[in-house]
Amino acid sequence: MSGGLYSTEKNDFDQTLDLTKIKPYGDTMNDGKTQISFTLPVPAGDEAIEAAKQLLKQMGFDNPQVVFHKELTPGFTFFNCYGNYTGTIDYTGIYVPKVESVSWNMHETDEFIREKISRKIVVLGASTGTDAHTVGIDAIMNMKGFAGHYGLERYEMFETFNMGSQVANEDFIAKAIELKADALLVSQTVTQKDIHIKNLVELVELLEAEGLRDKLILVCGGPRISHELAKELGYDAGFGMNSYAGDVASYLAQELYRRINRK
Amino acid sequence: MQSKLGIDFQHVQHARDISKSIAAEVQTFVNSYTTVSVERTLCRLIGIDGVDENGVPLPNVVVESLKDKNALDKGILFFMANAVIETGKTPQEIAEQIAAEGLDITAFRFHWQPEVAAALKPYVDKHLEIIAGNRLRRENYITTLGEGSKPYLYVIVATGNIYEDVIQAQAAARQGADIIAVIRTTGQSLLDYVPFGATTEGFGGTFATQENFRIMRRALDEVGEETGRYIRLCNYCSGLCMPEIAAIGALEGLDVMLNDALYGILFRDINMQRTLVDQFMSRVINGFAGVIINTGEDNYLTTADAVEEAHTVLASDLINEQLALIAGIPEEQMGLGHAFEMDPELENGFLFELAQAQLTREIFPKAPLKYMPPTKFMTGNIFRGHIQDALFNMIGVWTNQGIQLLGMPTEAIHTPFMSDRYLSIENAKYIFGNMKSIGEEVEFKKDGIIQMRAKEVLGKTIGLLEQIQKEGLFTALEKGIFAGIKRSREGGKGLNGVFIKSDNYYNPFIDSMLKR
Repeated sequence: MSGGLYSTEKNDFDQTLDLTKIKPYGDTMNDGKTQISFTLPVPAGDEAIEAAKQLLKQMGFDNPQVVFHKELTPGFTFFNCYGNYTGTIDYTGIYVPKVESVSWNMHETDEFIREKISRKIVVLGASTGTDAHTVGIDAIMNMKGFAGHYGLERYEMFETFNMGSQVANEDFIAKAIELKADALLVSQTVTQKDIHIKNLVELVELLEAEGLRDKLILVCGGPRISHELAKELGYDAGFGMNSYAGDVASYLAQELYRRINRK
Repeated sequence: MQSKLGIDFQHVQHARDISKSIAAEVQTFVNSYTTVSVERTLCRLIGIDGVDENGVPLPNVVVESLKDKNALDKGILFFMANAVIETGKTPQEIAEQIAAEGLDITAFRFHWQPEVAAALKPYVDKHLEIIAGNRLRRENYITTLGEGSKPYLYVIVATGNIYEDVIQAQAAARQGADIIAVIRTTGQSLLDYVPFGATTEGFGGTFATQENFRIMRRALDEVGEETGRYIRLCNYCSGLCMPEIAAIGALEGLDVMLNDALYGILFRDINMQRTLVDQFMSRVINGFAGVIINTGEDNYLTTADAVEEAHTVLASDLINEQLALIAGIPEEQMGLGHAFEMDPELENGFLFELAQAQLTREIFPKAPLKYMPPTKFMTGNIFRGHIQDALFNMIGVWTNQGIQLLGMPTEAIHTPFMSDRYLSIENAKYIFGNMKSIGEEVEFKKDGIIQMRAKEVLGKTIGLLEQIQKEGLFTALEKGIFAGIKRSREGGKGLNGVFIKSDNYYNPFIDSMLKR
């Protein structure tokens, strides 16, 4: 980039924070600064840069800047860009459905189960369908856990069984019946072409056909899963990125307790 | 060789000796058995290809027809030879007749082994020559065109559509990639057949088919000639069709194959008897074809902890090495695996990782080690991820790894975009160039963190190998020694495709390929 790394222009926009009209923040309130990168299927050149800028304008950015570009292979050019976003969002009007439970640590959860439920909670987990990734279910269930959060196997008051990856929904249900599971944890990592949706829905349908749906706490998780999506698909709860075994464990304990009391 | 880590090579030799006896015991078992996939492989190696009217591959049709008659213990080649002698037709014609008319090849008169061998010889020789020819073609290319320097830059393409894969692969080769791996669609490892023809639909990858191999081979030769570097093609010899994939890969000139003896057992829950029999046949083919095999120990660390379980990776590398040697794979074709999976929050994690990589290098001096990038601790923070990959690349060049499987900043988000691959290749080239000779220049402090870590891992490896030797590999797998995963001898997928060999069993490929 040539000249003018430091902006000498006066900012002529309102710099007070208004939560009903928020926009991206770079270094000044309401500057709208956003970084964005993409590839266009055209050769590098002035026309390509202009195309990228026009695209940014169309996306709603003022002052579009292409700060770096590189032709990746003949006919494909990569861009790093900045722009000032013009739109705003009313933050005060946002509602996101969330798993309604308090996150406790392992000790608190074990204590709660011991006192209020007085038996171990049986949990069966798997990465179902053709999904070969165990990383998600392992992070929640393995003794070691993930990033310092112990997995369910480490809890005294959970009886756990991890079936691993590529488990057919039918086998998963058969195992659940055999173990008299209280809860099923389904992990889905591969999401290309929404294969995870198909898979998750199939499990719900099979459980309903078996008359088991209401007898189980049904939970799904994975990097592309949200609680909202999980509810939509007929699950009791969904856990996405940055949730750990502790969150799942507290939820299971509280939910099972709710269900026992409801009866 | 002088060890930079101060390890005692007599200890290493001891570890090798134990591994050798573990592998020998496994081989005794392997020699007595065949599997449906081994038999389908033999079909392919005498020229049976194509599908029936329902799209079922002819090798499956033929092998199933024998299985239905409980005749697989004698093997496909014996019956096929009888049919060839009695009908005068080719194996392909006979296979088509089995598919179309339900021809029963067990009904033909039995012939003595010399006649069986003579009847099949033209088909056997023809396919051995094709494979040997592909090997020669590769060697010629490397002599005339040249190749990238090690560590080779290995990237994946995974669009699901072979034609889109070609665009991505050629772009990556132009940017500097040396090896293109076409990731398979999720679930293919559990298919008990190899799909047929060019494919354009897949989940998280593209079907491995002979036609797809052919399409990608052609594309890489084209871009290799353009860039003046031979570009290697990699696919996956794993799952229920391990030896069949090896066969079609060898026939189409693939260069690198994921081909682990234990991976399928641990991570795909494929029956251990099935996998151990299959891995032998697949590796014999890969050895003969000059294919570099990659082993999958890196996967252990996606489930188990990289600090606590490092020795299981090394122990498995040693066992994999011995099993590969039995299958005729020279050290120069052994891409033994390990991975950069230290928690970024761990103090001195880089040093532990450096110790492990250098240790692996010193124990397997000739092997083109396959070094896997961080995956477990990639979070979606692409900016930190790019730095984690940079640290990984530093260790790769420092310890002279053979195959650097480039990490992508967008790991854990999506299969790589064209631009992700570009950023990763740029990252690796920058570090490989800027730090080229660091391994020759820098020594490690005597009894410092790195040396002590290496000695500790080696010591634990020997302890583990001694334990496995005492129990046998099958029992060790049942007890969950690797990756904390327990597998039973009779459990998992594919056991019903395992058969004990009986009289008349005939498979000339093992001897011919091992003789080379």
